[in-house]
Amino acid sequence: MAPILDINKLYKNYGATEILKDINISIEPGDFLVLVGPSGCGKSTLLNCIAGLEEITGGTLSIGGNDMTHVSPKDRDIAMVFQSYALYPTMTVAKNITFGMKVRGVDQATQDAKLKEVAQLLQIEPLLNRRPSQLSGGQRQRVAMGRALVRDPKLFLFDEPLSNLDAKLRVEMRTEIKKLHQTLDASIVYVTHDQIEAMTLATKIVVLKGGVVQQIGTPAEIYNNPANLFVADFMGSPAMNLIPAQAHKNGAGTQIAIARDSGETLVLNDARDLALPKDVILGLRPEDIAEAGFRAGDGVQEAECLVDMVEPAGADTYVVSELGGKQVTARLHAETSAQAGKMLNLAFDMSKVSYFAQETGERLN
Amino acid sequence: MTDLSMPQSQTEPRSQSAVGKVALRWLLYVLLGLFALYYLMPLFVMLTTSLKSLEEIRTGSLISLPREVSFDAWKTAWSGACTGIQCEGLRPYFWNSVLIAVPAVAISTLLGALNGYVVAHWRFKGANIIFSLMLFGCFIPFQVVLLPMARLLGMMGIAGTIPGLIFVHVIYGLGFTTLFFRNYYVTIPSELTKAARVDGAGFLRIFWSIFLPLSLPIIVVTVIWQFTQIWNDFLFGVSFSQAGTQPVTVALNNIVNSTTGVKEYNVDMAAAIIAGLPTLLVYVVAGKYFIRGLTAGSVKG
Repeated sequence: MAPILDINKLYKNYGATEILKDINISIEPGDFLVLVGPSGCGKSTLLNCIAGLEEITGGTLSIGGNDMTHVSPKDRDIAMVFQSYALYPTMTVAKNITFGMKVRGVDQATQDAKLKEVAQLLQIEPLLNRRPSQLSGGQRQRVAMGRALVRDPKLFLFDEPLSNLDAKLRVEMRTEIKKLHQTLDASIVYVTHDQIEAMTLATKIVVLKGGVVQQIGTPAEIYNNPANLFVADFMGSPAMNLIPAQAHKNGAGTQIAIARDSGETLVLNDARDLALPKDVILGLRPEDIAEAGFRAGDGVQEAECLVDMVEPAGADTYVVSELGGKQVTARLHAETSAQAGKMLNLAFDMSKVSYFAQETGERLN
Repeated sequence: MTDLSMPQSQTEPRSQSAVGKVALRWLLYVLLGLFALYYLMPLFVMLTTSLKSLEEIRTGSLISLPREVSFDAWKTAWSGACTGIQCEGLRPYFWNSVLIAVPAVAISTLLGALNGYVVAHWRFKGANIIFSLMLFGCFIPFQVVLLPMARLLGMMGIAGTIPGLIFVHVIYGLGFTTLFFRNYYVTIPSELTKAARVDGAGFLRIFWSIFLPLSLPIIVVTVIWQFTQIWNDFLFGVSFSQAGTQPVTVALNNIVNSTTGVKEYNVDMAAAIIAGLPTLLVYVVAGKYFIRGLTAGSVKG
């Protein structure tokens, strides 16, 4: 099938400032694409470019196989949900939802039918005669989605739709958006700075930094094989441990040496045959460091470490230890016997390790 | 537990400060009352004088109440007083002012709303410069533009006419009305415009369906401001009008200045009140929106 959205060599400048550089993204119908990155990385600008609210400086953009590079927003067959919901304050919920159809000259009977259908789907029927100011945050969010849904567009655009909600509601609405995506089989482009939202919702993630795409991939790919130090650090909470280390060829595998302030050098072996430079940054997720005996597998190696801190978090207990001059977090089970200031045998899953070049931060394996 | 002992030790100073508060409040009321009296004094004198006969004005005190209430002076001021050689009272000029003020207020408010909408939500290259220049226009003294404006009106063939005066007031009002609406509209999130654009609405549709319905408070402010400015204007009125198109302010001046024999203070006072009545009325009717709308632009919520 033809891609529903195809962005080709897109550039966007404001005057002399380059906001977006050489963006190439393509998604299939039914994909849930999440653009994620820190504030000011250009993700919202990219979404506005897709919507046609911002002219692009270079490159092409097509939606549903039609070239939309210079087409106005209303003719792109898209619908958009905004961070502030952007509900029209003087109109009732019903009028908000039907405004687009009214502007396009859709007849009244169709408008009513569509309104009813969407109101049912989102369970906002009792709210139809209220004004936005009389709604709660979650209700406004629903209405904003309703306004997008009535269009039945080729592509939905979501601009940080959950960031104005409180934590509990955010999780609820996140689930609901995911459900909606599955029920409608809609194609969605979704902007967020919240990496957990990105992981839970996406079928495909684009990580942006400074207007440049860092990595495109499925949530699993991004999480397990981050393309560089930035992605490794940005995705996942608590963040991936990034430890300076030294690599030596050791027979078929690789020997990794990590200096420690608190004792002798920690030596680990990676069975994989890797061509690594001497100085590397070793990346290991907290959940890939366990208490000895609780993790089995080919790559698992145990070593004694000094526990600096123990942070119980309910379901897990985080243990912090100093390795290579960094605070390294390990995610242990809740009933661990770890105590601050004592030694603890930790199991490192070396088969999960990512290596990054110290200079460029690019992935090496 | 330590809090429990606090109220006891604080009882004494608290009651003292309560008495102080009441005293301060009363002092404030008395002071405000005095100021109000002071400001109302001229109006009181005008009103009483306009209801007195000339005889009584000559013999009585300035601030005494009229012995005999008579509306003759009002009648004369409205339809009989002489402005130079004509003796038709204020009436024709009052209507001139209405004919000037109403369209000028309407046009300048509407254009100001459109300008403000563009400057706040349809940013284009040089938008800031144009807005600054418009602001600058607010601060140019009227006198500076008198001659060029006279020339322009002459070239346009509307010198000395009511449309000419409307034109002048619209031009001069635009700076202020644009400023008012711009400051009001920048508080409206730009996502609203974006949402409407995605919904398929165009420039005017968004203005009409989304921005105008939100604008009532600022429209009230602008209308009051513009109406007061235009109604009370004397300089443009006297410079760009001719016999028959003069506004009420100019006529008032002429009535007061064209004395034959005795100075009719009661007629002058009545005429002045008549000339000032419409702006007074606008303030009384819409005054509370005025304050509300003025602050709406600067403080959100």
